[in-house]
Amino acid sequence: MRFSFTDDQLAFRDAVRDLLEKECPPQRVRDAWTNVDGRSGAWDALEEMGVVGLSHPEVAGALGVDEIAVTLILEETGRFGLPEPIVEHTAVALPAVAQHIPEAVTDTSLFVAGGPMVPYATSATALLLERDRQLYLVDRSAATLTERASVDGSRRLYAVEWEPSNAVEIGGPEDAALAFDRGALGVAAQLIGVAQHLLDTTVEYAQARHQFGVPIGSFQAVKHHLANVALGLEFARPLVYRAAHSVARRDLDRSVHVSTAKAHASDAATVAARVALQVHGAIGYTTEYDLHLWMKRAWALAAAWGDAAWHRARVGRAILDTDPSEEQ
Amino acid sequence: MDLTFTEHEEAFRAEARAWLEANVPRPALPSGDTREGFARHLEWERMLFDARWAVVSWPEVYGGREASLMEWLIFEEEYYRAGAPQRVTQNGIFLLAPTLFEFGTAEQQDRILPRMASGEEAWCQGWSEPNAGSDLAGITSRAVRDEAGGGWRLTGQKTWTTRGAFCDRLFGLFRTDPEADRHRGLTYFLVDLGAEGVTVRPVERLDGDEGFAEVFLEDAFVPDRDVLGGVNEGWRVAMATTGSERGLTLRSPGRFMATAARLIDLYRRHADATDPAVRDAVIRGWMDAEAYRWQTFWTVTRLMEGGRTGPESSLVKLFWSELDVRIHATALELLGPRAELVDGDDAAWMKGWQFALSGPIYAGTNEIQRNVVAERVLGLPRR
Ligand SMILES: Cc1cc2nc3c(=O)[nH]c(=O)nc-3n(C[C@H](O)[C@H](O)[C@H](O)COP(=O)(O)OP(=O)(O)OC[C@H]3O[C@@H](n4cnc5c(N)ncnc54)[C@H](O)[C@@H]3O)c2cc1C
Repeated sequence: MRFSFTDDQLAFRDAVRDLLEKECPPQRVRDAWTNVDGRSGAWDALEEMGVVGLSHPEVAGALGVDEIAVTLILEETGRFGLPEPIVEHTAVALPAVAQHIPEAVTDTSLFVAGGPMVPYATSATALLLERDRQLYLVDRSAATLTERASVDGSRRLYAVEWEPSNAVEIGGPEDAALAFDRGALGVAAQLIGVAQHLLDTTVEYAQARHQFGVPIGSFQAVKHHLANVALGLEFARPLVYRAAHSVARRDLDRSVHVSTAKAHASDAATVAARVALQVHGAIGYTTEYDLHLWMKRAWALAAAWGDAAWHRARVGRAILDTDPSEEQ
Repeated sequence: MDLTFTEHEEAFRAEARAWLEANVPRPALPSGDTREGFARHLEWERMLFDARWAVVSWPEVYGGREASLMEWLIFEEEYYRAGAPQRVTQNGIFLLAPTLFEFGTAEQQDRILPRMASGEEAWCQGWSEPNAGSDLAGITSRAVRDEAGGGWRLTGQKTWTTRGAFCDRLFGLFRTDPEADRHRGLTYFLVDLGAEGVTVRPVERLDGDEGFAEVFLEDAFVPDRDVLGGVNEGWRVAMATTGSERGLTLRSPGRFMATAARLIDLYRRHADATDPAVRDAVIRGWMDAEAYRWQTFWTVTRLMEGGRTGPESSLVKLFWSELDVRIHATALELLGPRAELVDGDDAAWMKGWQFALSGPIYAGTNEIQRNVVAERVLGLPRR
């Protein structure tokens, strides 16, 4: 048992962190709310660095990269609030499309996955969608896209209408389940990053802001709020890494591990957002201040790919409704 | 990342499982926090020791197996999975022993550790006093030099001493320099509870067991060889190992995995309990035990690669103590009107509930732990 990352995985993560620090500052996240396509600009740099295409089986195979390494990077994208659909493309759609119809992948293709809403669908080449436990690739032009507004204005969401008759079937229930688990794992990793950012910036604020002549962070009520955020994060993060391992190794209990991780990560991020706002007070309640960008990302991702209650219910079916004699 | 256990670890697990299955007493022993139950538990400790399961991580000369931290976790998982008895020797083994290994002389280690491991000498912890609880440095029990006797004379009172009425010896802090600053001037003593001048009064706990005690000392003699670490160094010596009390060595994940498994079993036996909120709470209990398990593997990997535990152990203490309360609260909801019964098959839940409620109090209250997390993990200013 060695439950930690390799030096290579950590070094790659650090390189991505450096890049995002430069290419995805809060101002870029803010711009993505109002610009034409919701892009931060960091995407191109990530593409150049090889991050966007990292999960293509040929690339991944050559570099020895799997979902464990990708998860670590997605956590960073959450921390920096990257708006672009890196979970939907890199974590979910690209590996599925590349495995089943490799010729559909070109240098410029962007795939997105999801349901019932799909982010950035109008920017995509094609959509990876599920129906009746079958996985389909739907050309953008074959789908009817209706713009929907997310609480997180940088997430360009679309409701999708489509017919299997106009789509290419690329996999069955196994593939659909794997795609879903990759998506839930990916946003769980991002939620960890979002929660970490909320905690870090709120601790910083609590040190700097003075009332009654002292930093507000010296008040015990504030300390205990923040300790609760640290607690949620500390115990959610290893579950996400463990689920990454289960997805990478196609563990038989993969879905239970992913759901446990997503439920905990959603809760950790939701608590972090709640506390962040309370500790900031009114300044956190304005869109002129950056905090709202991360709070809203937390709410959006907590609800995406199954919210905490949905994932707990899935765990419940596995641990409560199976025959106990089948267990170890 | 490699989440498989080695062949060696698997063999260790199998050996522990087989031994426990063959030896765990049935029916379960009476509570170890009663006089009769304590004696029965010491017999069990002796069996553990004879089979070299009492202190698996210790050196072989003291009855251990030199097991790694990972193997120790495996042993704990098996121990609680088998429903084995509570460890009435734990305050010695898990709280005093780490300090002895770090600060004790070779003579002290050789003299004390084997008898601790076998249960021949049972130890209790003498930190708290009537006016020193969370503010431990407020200790006023004192020790004065007895030059002629070659030792110290102890006077004062300790309280909330777990199993103090049944134990043989007490480890505790006493003030040796009343002039010094609160945190200086304390010394770590190993006290014989049978010594002249020592009176122990059992105190009934919330659950009705006599598990608490008050210890009164009046000029009780302690020889120099029973000073642990330097004179006036007691605070530093005691604090060096508080991480083991808060963290995983006191309450390993195996314990809560077993409690969560029992909760699921209870849920299944109450299949008519269809309240979705209770079902959700059962699922949360299981998921939280998993969270504790994986956070522990994460930490243990870091420790095995040379890391040290710091103030993060306060997060661990918060998590297990509050998890334990939640799981027991859920069990009582499942039991419905039968929750109040303290006889019969399910009585263990009401007893467990009461004990779970003490988790956020002992080993440093959870309010104190949240202060520690805020100040030492997050770096927020002290007041
Ligand atoms: C089951 C059990 C077993 C125990 N076993 C032992 C033992 O074997 N040996 C031993 O020495 N002791 C033992 N104790 C005692 C335990 O260590 C103390 O209860 C603990 O240190 C708290 O002290 P106190 O009870 O005096 O509470 P107090 O310190 O008086 O605290 C009362 C309340 O005030 C709060 N409070 C105090 N200070 C602060 C602060 N700075 N900020 C915020 N809130 C604060 C506390 O969190 C608590 O809620 C045991 C206790 C229990 C319940």
